[in-house]
Amino acid sequence: MAEQIKEQVNERWGMVIDMNLCTGCNACVTACAMENNIPWVGEDDAGYGRGIYWMRIQRYWEGEYPETTPSYQPVMCQQCGHAPCEPVCPVFATVHSEEEQINLQVYNRCIGTRYCANNCPYFARSFNWFDYSYQIPEPLNYYLNPNVTVRRRGVMEKCTFCVQRIHAGQEQAKAQGRAVRDGEVVPACAQACPADAIIFGDLSDPNSRVSQAARSQRSYTLLEALGTEPKVIYLKGEGTYGG
Amino acid sequence: MAAEVKPIANTLHTPSEEHEELREQLMFDPRPREELNRMVLDSMTHTTPRYWTAVGVLTVLVLTLLLGMWGYLIFTGIGISGERRPNYWGIFIVTFVFWIGISHAGTFVSAILRVFKAEFRRPFTRAAELMTTFGLAAGALWPLIHLGRVWVFYWMIPYPNARWLWPNFRSPLVWDLLAITTYLLSSTIYLFLPLLPDLAMARDRTTGWRHAIYRALALGWRGTEAEWARLRKAISIFAFAIIPVMFSVHTIVSWDFAMGMVGGWNSTIFGPYFIIGAILSGVSAVITILVVLRATLKNMTYFIRPEHIDALGKLVLVFSMAWAYFFFNDYLVQWYGGHDVVRALLSFHASGPDAWIWYCMLLFNIVIPWLTLWNKKLRRTPWVMLVVTLLINVGMYFERYTIIPLTLGHQRMPFDWGEYSPRFPEISLALGSLCLFMLLYLLASRLIPMVPVWEVREGQEAHLVRKVGKTVVPTVSELD
Repeated sequence: MAEQIKEQVNERWGMVIDMNLCTGCNACVTACAMENNIPWVGEDDAGYGRGIYWMRIQRYWEGEYPETTPSYQPVMCQQCGHAPCEPVCPVFATVHSEEEQINLQVYNRCIGTRYCANNCPYFARSFNWFDYSYQIPEPLNYYLNPNVTVRRRGVMEKCTFCVQRIHAGQEQAKAQGRAVRDGEVVPACAQACPADAIIFGDLSDPNSRVSQAARSQRSYTLLEALGTEPKVIYLKGEGTYGG
Repeated sequence: MAAEVKPIANTLHTPSEEHEELREQLMFDPRPREELNRMVLDSMTHTTPRYWTAVGVLTVLVLTLLLGMWGYLIFTGIGISGERRPNYWGIFIVTFVFWIGISHAGTFVSAILRVFKAEFRRPFTRAAELMTTFGLAAGALWPLIHLGRVWVFYWMIPYPNARWLWPNFRSPLVWDLLAITTYLLSSTIYLFLPLLPDLAMARDRTTGWRHAIYRALALGWRGTEAEWARLRKAISIFAFAIIPVMFSVHTIVSWDFAMGMVGGWNSTIFGPYFIIGAILSGVSAVITILVVLRATLKNMTYFIRPEHIDALGKLVLVFSMAWAYFFFNDYLVQWYGGHDVVRALLSFHASGPDAWIWYCMLLFNIVIPWLTLWNKKLRRTPWVMLVVTLLINVGMYFERYTIIPLTLGHQRMPFDWGEYSPRFPEISLALGSLCLFMLLYLLASRLIPMVPVWEVREGQEAHLVRKVGKTVVPTVSELD
């Protein structure tokens, strides 16, 4: 009996975003778009609110004009442990992956009811209103990342915690016969962040950098009262740099 | 309703106003059976150039506004609609809920009034049941139209496949699909059962292609006692069984919203609130249709009388009051709950840029019916009822509009607040589905006996006092 139950060695991937360090520079947004083949929707549609972002910098203004200060918050899919988007999908296109313990979108299965996007309290999901991949002119299509699906129109998409990088890291570790090291897997946003405000790692390992940061007294999660159990943890900033 | 089913004996010697009303509702100026049959058949075969013009125009509109635009939508993408983050649902779902709501009253008027033996239902049950079927036909398109990838819509259906993939039975959309399919099937059977004797009647009195159609549809009905007994049993089983189906369908439609995490949607009262709204809009639509039928279809002034519209008008008034109660209840509890998002939402509905929709909803659903429908004279004036019931349906459309895009646009992340305004393709599709409904109804009015002749005669005979010689014989209604 005992040998049949395989010990659970899966990582619990999580992210910490330090709002004290974030300057709202949008480097993460750009890196994310490049890594994940996120299409340009064009100026008009982006202005209309159809821009596809897997993560975005929410900008708020605080105070009365002219004494306003901006505040920023990068928001992506919070990879909820108890995700509102999952039960509403009629075809299991948005599912919880047991392997990575994150929330994944199966583009091939999606039929485009857009129910998940309505039900996401973080508005982390983007819909392919048109076929954008065909609009990429000739040599420019070489920018596309071969490890990431190019989505067609009519499907929903969202942040995957760069699942292709997680897999690459796991495979490399497996080939070398060791566990994944802390900091070995870095999603595009964390890699691009000049202030190192985004920390990514294994939350199940208490010694990992992300776990230590998550234990900070400043830590909070977005819309905690909804009980979605997000895996993205924010560290409250003092507002010095608008964080 | 029940008050009107009093045995006639009570009022026999004191002809009161109530008696007068029942007399009109049941048409106590009976004509010979054959003449009734002829009148109904006449209404089906009588076509004017105006009719064919209407059919032609509607066909063109359905082909362009609905099918053409849908083809364009499938070809280019949902992006031609006005939807955007955060309003992922717009006119598509609003119109869907609207039509499903409309389709409710057919069953309500027919099945519930039948179960409660409300006698005034008799001449227009068929018209109401047809409205259910065609309302569903127009409504069932919308979950397909709104899909991003409609060509794989069948993935929502539990069908055996090589990968053992099932739909997600936790998703309200799957419940929706199953509920609507069930309702479409059962309401079609429920339409068909009382139609059998009338189809047989038409079969025996027509020739040519009509005869062929009716012969096939009448299933060899001969009108023997055994057949009648079975038919009555089947109708009464269906009339009872379809009522919970009807209630479940709109409850499940409301669960599309109530099961969500969207502020303003997850309200426990949404089920009954939607049902009351559906019946309000549906009964109003029945009146609209009856007024139009009465004005356009031959011989209908005999079958559909102001007293019928009057009786339905009272129902509309009652349901308008019930709707107001549910609206108030939903509003008050949500407001009292004190969640920031809901409070912001409620004040956004009442004072945001689209507040006029919210006020029009209250005006059309509460103020106008309450001001007009208490008056018997107005209830018996067809054109007034036409205007009032059309306004109620506009009001109910606005209600769904408030619940769907106007609520989605004002959620927990202020960064993602957004407004929604429909674009031409959506409006074209919505109008196209209205044209489809009207076209189907127009065509059916010349193919299907619009008045259940046998039910009308049954009513007339059940309530007329028979005299055999000098003895007054008790009638069926007194024995009931």
